Amino acid sequence: MSERLLDVTDLSIEIETRSGPATIVAGIDLHVDKGETLGIVGESGCGKSLTMLSLLRLLPNKIRVAGGRAEFQGRDLLKLSRRELRQVRGGRIGFVFQDPMTSLNPVMKIGAQLSEPLIYHRDMSRADAWKRSGELLRLVGIPGAEERLHSYPHELSGGMRQRVMIAAGLACEPELLIADEPTTALDVTIQAQIVDLVKELRKRLGMSVVWITHDLALIAGLADRICVLYAGTVVEDAPVDQLFATPGHPYTRGLLASIPRVSGSTMARLSSIGGTPPEPGRRPSGCAFAPRCPLAQEVCRQNAPALQPMQGSSNAHRVACHFAGRLMSEAA
Amino acid sequence: MGAQPLIRVEKLQKHFPIRLGAFGERAVTVHALDDATFDIAEGETLSLVGESGCGKSTTGFAILNLHRPTAGRVVYQGRDIATLDEKAMRPIRRDLQIVFQDPYSTLNPRMTVGDAVGEPILFHGLCKRSELPHRIERLLADVGLPPRFAQRYPHELSGGQRQRVAIARALACQPKFIVCDEAISALDVSIQAQIINLLLDLQEKYGLTYLFIAHDLAVVRHISTRVGVMYLGRLAELGTRDQLFGEPLHPYTKALMSAVPEADPVAERNRHRQILEGDVPSPLNPPPGCRFHTRCPIAMAECRTIVPEWRDRGEGHFVACHAVPA
Repeated sequence: MSERLLDVTDLSIEIETRSGPATIVAGIDLHVDKGETLGIVGESGCGKSLTMLSLLRLLPNKIRVAGGRAEFQGRDLLKLSRRELRQVRGGRIGFVFQDPMTSLNPVMKIGAQLSEPLIYHRDMSRADAWKRSGELLRLVGIPGAEERLHSYPHELSGGMRQRVMIAAGLACEPELLIADEPTTALDVTIQAQIVDLVKELRKRLGMSVVWITHDLALIAGLADRICVLYAGTVVEDAPVDQLFATPGHPYTRGLLASIPRVSGSTMARLSSIGGTPPEPGRRPSGCAFAPRCPLAQEVCRQNAPALQPMQGSSNAHRVACHFAGRLMSEAA
Repeated sequence: MGAQPLIRVEKLQKHFPIRLGAFGERAVTVHALDDATFDIAEGETLSLVGESGCGKSTTGFAILNLHRPTAGRVVYQGRDIATLDEKAMRPIRRDLQIVFQDPYSTLNPRMTVGDAVGEPILFHGLCKRSELPHRIERLLADVGLPPRFAQRYPHELSGGQRQRVAIARALACQPKFIVCDEAISALDVSIQAQIINLLLDLQEKYGLTYLFIAHDLAVVRHISTRVGVMYLGRLAELGTRDQLFGEPLHPYTKALMSAVPEADPVAERNRHRQILEGDVPSPLNPPPGCRFHTRCPIAMAECRTIVPEWRDRGEGHFVACHAVPA
């Protein structure tokens, strides 16, 4: 049995609006084991970023956690004091944000930014931290690392800045690295470099990774397990091979079918999911996907389905759909 | 291709002079596009791919004379349109349209969908005012929007719906050629598929020719007749989709293809990726010789000094690389 590192149960997030609070994330359950890479997949507005931000209590104004627990190494992250929280942030849990240009301090040298968490969390002297920062830059594959410590963020290219962000996330050798679309702003050849780097570091440092993305192709080669989010709920949670081979939820199937395959037939019409996802905070009652679902029945509009193990599959493959079993028999 | 090309691009070049430094004291030139030569055949989808800053959008803009080319020719219906002024361009613009990446910033927030779609029709005087509502309704139907959308404002629409409106606007004056500049890149996966299908349907219905500018190779493979690969302002390779994806010749094309992940975990695990080292150099000061030589795994001495010739290696498969035998 593998060891649980992070266990999120029934997490809900609300946004304050003029007409009262509206639910954005509605009771999410997810977990990460030690050494595991979890991919969180979903389209814009599905709550994937907010869920992870809420764990470190980094939610923007007017958005707050409405309920649930998030146990990390046996302690509820949502109940930590500010002081305890500071130990976790950047120490045990590293975070890499999407946009390196806005998350790096533009008037601080790279070396100083990397040194900061080391001095704070690891009680290093300024000189030791600077030296360690150079090693970190070398670890993420930045050429001329020692000179680069003296650079400012604007002097680096996008790929280099993202490497610096990853180095900062890794500085204190966290047990968990949360990466929020870290390659979305980068070109494919640079993306391939970053993905390789994270894979290698994961192996070398034995850390767990949560990788948030909308790109199913990217996550296919990276994750051990994938959670698919739709309108603030987990609709499917499965080991990566099972998710791609036997997707259980109609939304997952729709997503997979709408990706053009490099090896697929061409010029044919792609199968697409009709309609558009609900606006955050305007979730329909019952199953949130029902208005777009080809299989939806009355029961789907009435009752929200729970995340349950899929019939004829391992317990590790869970789906939130009233008709998940039927889907499988059709696929077989 | 055989058939008469719709558009012929010859030695097209676009340089942007800019000023750098705190007081703009350093005048420099961005070499956004150099020496692009290719045809666009009627009814085809020609895609341009490459990484950000490689000049693919600049090529689209230069063809439409939205950026006046620094040198070279764009031949459309027997005329070089690259040197025409705005007034002379106006009647030609009816035929040549563009759809941009960001449907949030390309639609006027104070204009209803109907007004936005109707504007080019009125501008070019293509129908009577009394017929306009009917024309608008038909255009909206073409892009899969119900007639009531004519009264809506852009902020009331989702990203996919806005992109449909932008496409309807481009279709309004019955064009022959549409540049799709990253037209689907900003959309969510499930919506992306809807818009790709729409573009394919419209092409079939109206015999449209597309220049499709994109960085998502899976999408490009799905919809293209031919594909051109650009690197740092120059074309590296151009050929039919099967030539490009089946037997890429240029080392950059090979690296680009190998960097694209595929939605198949088993294939991904067993795949050998060719990872390029380093970053793309600055277009302010592109390397001499072949612009790819600083990252090329097989660069030779001549690559550092001599610009490789853009040549047909048989059956319309163009490559610019010293290492590819003639």
